[in-house]
Amino acid sequence: MIYWKLFLAFFVPNIVGYGGGPAIIPLIEAEVVGRYGWMNAREFAETLALGNALPSPIATKMAGYVGYDVAGVGGALVAVLATVAPSLLLMLGALGLLQRHSDSPRVKRMSQWVRPVITVMMAWLTWSFFSEGLTSAGLLHTLLIGTGAAVALLRFRTHPAIVILAALVYGGIFLG
Amino acid sequence: MTPHDKATLSALFWTFTRVGLFGFGGGPSMIPLVQQEVVKRHAWLSDEQFADILAIANTLPGPIATKMPGYIGYRVAGASGCVLAVVAVILPMIVAMIALLTVFSRYRDVGWIQGMGQAVVPVVMVMMAQLTLDFWHKSRLALGWIASLAMALAAGVLIYAAGLHPGLIIGALLLAALLRPARRHKGATP
Repeated sequence: MIYWKLFLAFFVPNIVGYGGGPAIIPLIEAEVVGRYGWMNAREFAETLALGNALPSPIATKMAGYVGYDVAGVGGALVAVLATVAPSLLLMLGALGLLQRHSDSPRVKRMSQWVRPVITVMMAWLTWSFFSEGLTSAGLLHTLLIGTGAAVALLRFRTHPAIVILAALVYGGIFLG
Repeated sequence: MTPHDKATLSALFWTFTRVGLFGFGGGPSMIPLVQQEVVKRHAWLSDEQFADILAIANTLPGPIATKMPGYIGYRVAGASGCVLAVVAVILPMIVAMIALLTVFSRYRDVGWIQGMGQAVVPVVMVMMAQLTLDFWHKSRLALGWIASLAMALAAGVLIYAAGLHPGLIIGALLLAALLRPARRHKGATP
């Protein structure tokens, strides 16, 4: 049942992922690349790159594309619904309850305690992109592009879309 | 449907289409844009209401940039408003993703296209490193660096060495955070 698998692959990350869309990325990677093997690390990195270059929420863009890639339009629909619906329904259904408890230390603690786990998964994903870069682009290009991107993003606050575009041009010319 | 409803729905649709098209950098960075449209431009919510709803949305998991439009859409125009607002935020760029990546995979074997794919990997590596630092920083501020590091290391070992599903670990932490008495909290893994 591919639809059921797709549903689970996106439902689980989104129901445990605190910290907005970006926090969900490493959890989705664990399902899509690690568990179900629908994509390899390289394809996932490419999808994420394009996702980062386009506007609108990242979690739904990833869900839409992976769902489509795995099972067509129906797959995209299932993956996006699994991403959006659960937390939205919770919010609509339990707003009153949540309103009373949103200042409660227990509720605050929930997102705080999850953060270190997300952090380590993000670190792991960074590492896996690094080793993917080594095998596909090679050490020299990985360091060159990585340093260039870091300087542009952190030092000059260049728009991510422009950095991705610059990397695409670089790759088309020097790695082709 | 009265003309008034229709006008509201179309306002919702265009508002959140704009948010979707101009919101770069993932959900959390889109929130100021949502606030600008919803509070300042349309006055659907007051500043305090918006802040309240945002605080509540943050206590729930899942992407923030769909919870807010969905809830605001529901509040302004009921269930159809909810669906419309969410679709307006996410649909255009999902279609763009699918179109661009489908073309890309079709010509994957062409040398220079392959080169383009290889060159973006180090960039997402840097972006992911940036997110890692950002989450580490927030975690350190909330829990202190010793507890954060201990939890991160423990989670890393459980997930990557023991092969436990990350959802299981996060689920256990959420449950512990909710059930443990609220007096004073230690940061160690339960």
